[in-house]
Amino acid sequence: MSPPRPDPEHLVRRRRDAALSALVDAVPYIAMMGISFDRRGDELTAVLTYDDKLIGNPLLPALHGGATASFMETAAIMELSFQILWNGIETGQIKADALTPQTLPRLPKTIDFTIDYLRSGLPRDAYARAWVNRSGRRYASVHVEAWQDHHDRLIAQATGHFLMPGPRG
Amino acid sequence: MDGMTAEDKAHTVRQFIQALPFSRALRMQVEAFGKGVAVISMPYDARLVGDPTTGIIHGGAVSALMDTCGGAAVMSHPDAPAGTATIDLRIDYMRPAAPGQRIRARAECYHMTRSVAFVRAQAFDETPDRPVAAATGAFTIERMTSGQPAP
Repeated sequence: MSPPRPDPEHLVRRRRDAALSALVDAVPYIAMMGISFDRRGDELTAVLTYDDKLIGNPLLPALHGGATASFMETAAIMELSFQILWNGIETGQIKADALTPQTLPRLPKTIDFTIDYLRSGLPRDAYARAWVNRSGRRYASVHVEAWQDHHDRLIAQATGHFLMPGPRG
Repeated sequence: MDGMTAEDKAHTVRQFIQALPFSRALRMQVEAFGKGVAVISMPYDARLVGDPTTGIIHGGAVSALMDTCGGAAVMSHPDAPAGTATIDLRIDYMRPAAPGQRIRARAECYHMTRSVAFVRAQAFDETPDRPVAAATGAFTIERMTSGQPAP
């Protein structure tokens, strides 16, 4: 017997994009910060679109360390959540079009988050990538890098530990 | 800030911290400032929610409060640095802040060298004695010599 035909491209794209927007659109703080996500397959790049309200010291001017921290923690939580959601979406166990905040997998909870500030953030867009170094049944360890013009000139790096959500119910 | 008394300077720095654009976006209020200790609070705000099913404030907003409060504690130190920036900050989240409640952080700059300030901080909601988060961090010390940053 031949393997099943792969789903058409537009269906695959639609369900993955729907799953990502269900996750992102549900969180008010992501909208308030102006964070969006670029998806390539299962890889996410978080984008912090520059806005004057993100500035800390207006004399420099530089991004507020708290804005950078918020951005990186958001990138870590979304990376973890999207990985959890991905399997459900790809196996058809979760219907991406029907996702609501009530039916989405619960979000991981931050246990701790440590940030190294390497350069001051310039008043322009910033990007972040998160890598799940280990994800067990209960705990996950995630590393995040944030940069602006050059990925090899990071503005900050962070490591966080997260409590993984149990099954809903 | 020639000709300013220590009180004038503290008042100016306090106003400056409260006026930082991101502090304003999160509606932070400096409640106490002096001798290396700062207390800054932030009201509950639906725009800061991180988990829509529970209404709990996003950890990132708490981090922003801790970072601001840590920097303020450094600026309030009697050695009076001209400026500061966060080198690193670790935040432990002990429990979610109760939805609807104001979050208040208290940071203490417990040691300062010529170039580094060491800070610890705790954040509380309206239940005293049970912190929602704790932080430790190192901050830079910027010195001014006749208007120029010290070498």
